[in-house]
Amino acid sequence: MKWLWMLMLLLPSLATAYEAQPLAANPQVEARLKLLAVELRCLVCQNQTLADSNAPLAEDLRREVREMIAKDMSDKEIIDFLVTRYGDFVLYRPPWKATTTLLWLGPFLLLGAGATGLVFALRRRQKKLTDVTLSEAEHNRVEKLLSEGSNRL
Amino acid sequence: MIPEIGHYALILALCVAVVQGSLPIYGAAVGNASLMAVAKPAARGQFLLVLLAFCCLGYAFAEKDFSVLYVAATSNSQLPLHYRLAAIWGAHEGSLLLWMFILSIWMVAVSFFSNQLPEAMRARILGVMGLVSVGFLLFMLTVSNPFERLIPAALDGRDLNPLLQDPGMVIHPPMLYMGYVGFSVAFSFAIAALLGGTLDAAWARWSRPWTTVAWCFMTVGVAMGSGWAYYELGWGGWWFWDPVENASFMPWLAGTALMHSLAVTDKRGGFKAWSVLLAIMAFSLSLLGTFLVRSGVLTSVHAFATDPKRGLFILVFLAVVIGGSLVLFAWRAPRVGLGGGFAMISREGMLLANNVLLVAALGSVLLGTLYPLFLDALDLGKISVGPPYFDTVFLPLMTPAIFLMGIGPLAQWKQASLPALAIRLRWAFGVSLTTAVAVPWLMGQWTPLISLGLLLAFWILATILVDLRERLLQAEGGSIGGRVVALPRAYWGMVLAHCGVALFILGVTMVKGFEVEQDVRMNVGETATLGGYTFRFDGTQQVNGPNYVAARGTFHVSQNGREVTVMYPEKRRYFVQNQTMTEAAISPGLLRDLYVSLGEPLEGGAWSVRLYHKPFIDWIWGGCLVMALGGVLAVSDRRYRLAWRRKEAAVPAATQMARQTVS
Amino acid sequence: MSRFLIPFGIFIVVVGFLAVGLTLNPRELPSPLVGKAAPDFSLPQLHDPGKVISSNDLKGKVWLLNFWASWCGGCKDEHPVLIHLAQSGAVPIYGMDYKDRREEALAWLKEWGNPYSIVAVDEPGRVGINYGVYGVPETYVIDKAGVIRYKQIGPLREDILEKKILPLVRELQNQ
Repeated sequence: MKWLWMLMLLLPSLATAYEAQPLAANPQVEARLKLLAVELRCLVCQNQTLADSNAPLAEDLRREVREMIAKDMSDKEIIDFLVTRYGDFVLYRPPWKATTTLLWLGPFLLLGAGATGLVFALRRRQKKLTDVTLSEAEHNRVEKLLSEGSNRL
Repeated sequence: MIPEIGHYALILALCVAVVQGSLPIYGAAVGNASLMAVAKPAARGQFLLVLLAFCCLGYAFAEKDFSVLYVAATSNSQLPLHYRLAAIWGAHEGSLLLWMFILSIWMVAVSFFSNQLPEAMRARILGVMGLVSVGFLLFMLTVSNPFERLIPAALDGRDLNPLLQDPGMVIHPPMLYMGYVGFSVAFSFAIAALLGGTLDAAWARWSRPWTTVAWCFMTVGVAMGSGWAYYELGWGGWWFWDPVENASFMPWLAGTALMHSLAVTDKRGGFKAWSVLLAIMAFSLSLLGTFLVRSGVLTSVHAFATDPKRGLFILVFLAVVIGGSLVLFAWRAPRVGLGGGFAMISREGMLLANNVLLVAALGSVLLGTLYPLFLDALDLGKISVGPPYFDTVFLPLMTPAIFLMGIGPLAQWKQASLPALAIRLRWAFGVSLTTAVAVPWLMGQWTPLISLGLLLAFWILATILVDLRERLLQAEGGSIGGRVVALPRAYWGMVLAHCGVALFILGVTMVKGFEVEQDVRMNVGETATLGGYTFRFDGTQQVNGPNYVAARGTFHVSQNGREVTVMYPEKRRYFVQNQTMTEAAISPGLLRDLYVSLGEPLEGGAWSVRLYHKPFIDWIWGGCLVMALGGVLAVSDRRYRLAWRRKEAAVPAATQMARQTVS
Repeated sequence: MSRFLIPFGIFIVVVGFLAVGLTLNPRELPSPLVGKAAPDFSLPQLHDPGKVISSNDLKGKVWLLNFWASWCGGCKDEHPVLIHLAQSGAVPIYGMDYKDRREEALAWLKEWGNPYSIVAVDEPGRVGINYGVYGVPETYVIDKAGVIRYKQIGPLREDILEKKILPLVRELQNQ
């Protein structure tokens, strides 16, 4: 009976012995790394995020970022570290600067311009179109012509 | 010998294109019927010649003729036949030939299906298409000849990029090009109308089916590109806002706006100039896309081998075609009549608001794609614009458009009342809001974005139901079945397409909100649990492919103790280019995808493995497919089918005049 | 009439930018460190691992810092240029062996010649990251105060040497 109890105590640990371990040593650091790395550009391939790239430099940079996270550096400090060395190019989210105001405001300016343009265009055409009142005879003539036309369709 | 035949066929096609691009347009301007009649045979002749050239290149690939430089660069003796043929469009020169071939298909289609058009109109349309093909043929024959010889011939080819050795490669480019090039038809219609000086509602009616078909292909093409990236690239993503992806998305946005604008122009004769401008924009964006992909001006994973000389040619071509069209537009459009009047709150007003939003979205994508180039050209530094920007900007622009999608179909033409609409829609709004808040809360994870996405999707579905119910009640036909048939196919097409959008939004929201990922190291026999599924790694074995060797992993997947599926991800090494590639294993399902990707081999037979559980992800591409089906349904509407069968009867002069004064 | 020309106007502007774009290289990343102090380093020497070479030792003279590796193809291309430059004695070149193995680096230099006054070893690549290196070879011109004045991305060529680097070096040496 005793061995049955021992087996039952052992079983959970046996189960976890077969459970795959996370690849990263520290999951919390890794989670934070992921949040940062998906917004950073790999400088070698240049078309993947730092999170996805397998380039050696990308691995080195991920290692650096992990170390910075472990040192309790803030997100801003980590990003500044990379920007000092590689410039704004490394950021997939363009920083808010004098040179990028047009970029960030552009879409909403476009929307504003488009909406204004639409309203003005609609107003302009209201002014140009005047409602013409038809006389009885003209009205009949229009009816006749329209019915003629629709018979042929 | 065969490649030379192909080459000469292209030269002949160029001559025919020059003829096609000049005589009919001149003939239409002066009213010479025999010159105009040149258009149809010229278009058909061009098709035959380009078909011949295409077949010659295909033959060179099939027969592994490595004395042709292009074949040597993109093929290999070990490459299976279907990929050898798909390699025709595997790189720059051949993809241009594909472009040209598809253009000739559209030309010949226009030549067959345009009998109801006035002769002058048809002559101009085919003429403009002829001018476009002159540009592409000239480009090919000068700096991008797919038939260039390699002397002495290579012993073996450099092989097709392993990433492209995939069924997606066989279908995605042709579909996409059918869309890109298809917008040239709408473009040609627009230019023909501007040249002719008459721009009436009939023009819109003729343009609509062509625009819709091109749009359907474009939808499928873009969706396939996304689906292919998802399952081929191994990182589980499906849209990266990469410049080349954007290059295909922008014409799609313009095409969508155009379809909706043409509805206004067709029904009410209004906003003709705007529709024309959109038609020019859609094709211009196709051409711009061609430029961006091949010139080296932007970095992209999709970009073809770049060469500034080629870039310059395309840029000049772009400047001439688009610049010329826009000058023509500025000259002729002001004379175009106004069409029927309508209030700001009306179906027309809402369709145009939809246009404003779509064009603003399009402009934002263009801005974001070209901004790094702008700054670099002005020597203001180098920046990157990626998904964080596009996601932030695109969502606020599209959200109002989706709301309008629900209201527009219920609004009356000419004048609608907002309070009345609100009353009709209050049930729909209430239901969608409640569901949008309740569902994520029930699923255990609530964020504002998830609810917004669900709100938009349910809003579309709920408003469709409201609209359907109202129309079915009003329809004639007695029984439900009769009423369903009584409603025009164009309406059902719209319903289906809008449902497709709802499904798409549902897919995106659920995946982004609820997907889970795990990076684990797995020894043989170990398990990992994700999303309720248990994955057991049962080791790898070596597998030999036709031109690669792979380590194939085996994963048994179970749920609640019952085995669900077995998945076989691979890590392949292709011999010729010595490239390693990850081939992810995907278990697709209606409600979720399971995704397993092998990372790197570790000690002791273990591997680093990435596992994903992606709920509802196939609804993304399913939604796009439904959208395209909606378009197909709309095009099969009665009025177009009748038009195919007979010429439009000559309208008496009096009615013609009456139409013009009223317009 | 005038508002109908707006699309054309916008288009011309875009084409202008695209035309300029054809002359640019979107992949090239100029260094934000030009004009700033060269990051300090203190690393073992390749030929004498017991000894350390530090950037502070090099203050007071103008020097070139060349990041290279034995596994790098472009480095082979630029090597004759470096040998030639070293022989002319115009400016000392210090090498940074980047993410490389010592034996292979030594063998490489033995085979192709050694233009470097001293070679530092940056095996983990951390100094490279500090300098904003994203590929090899890359070369920096550093002045007497230890400020980076120029960065060459990719292999050095004779014409770049003649036109850009040597004039700059001479100017810095005269300061």
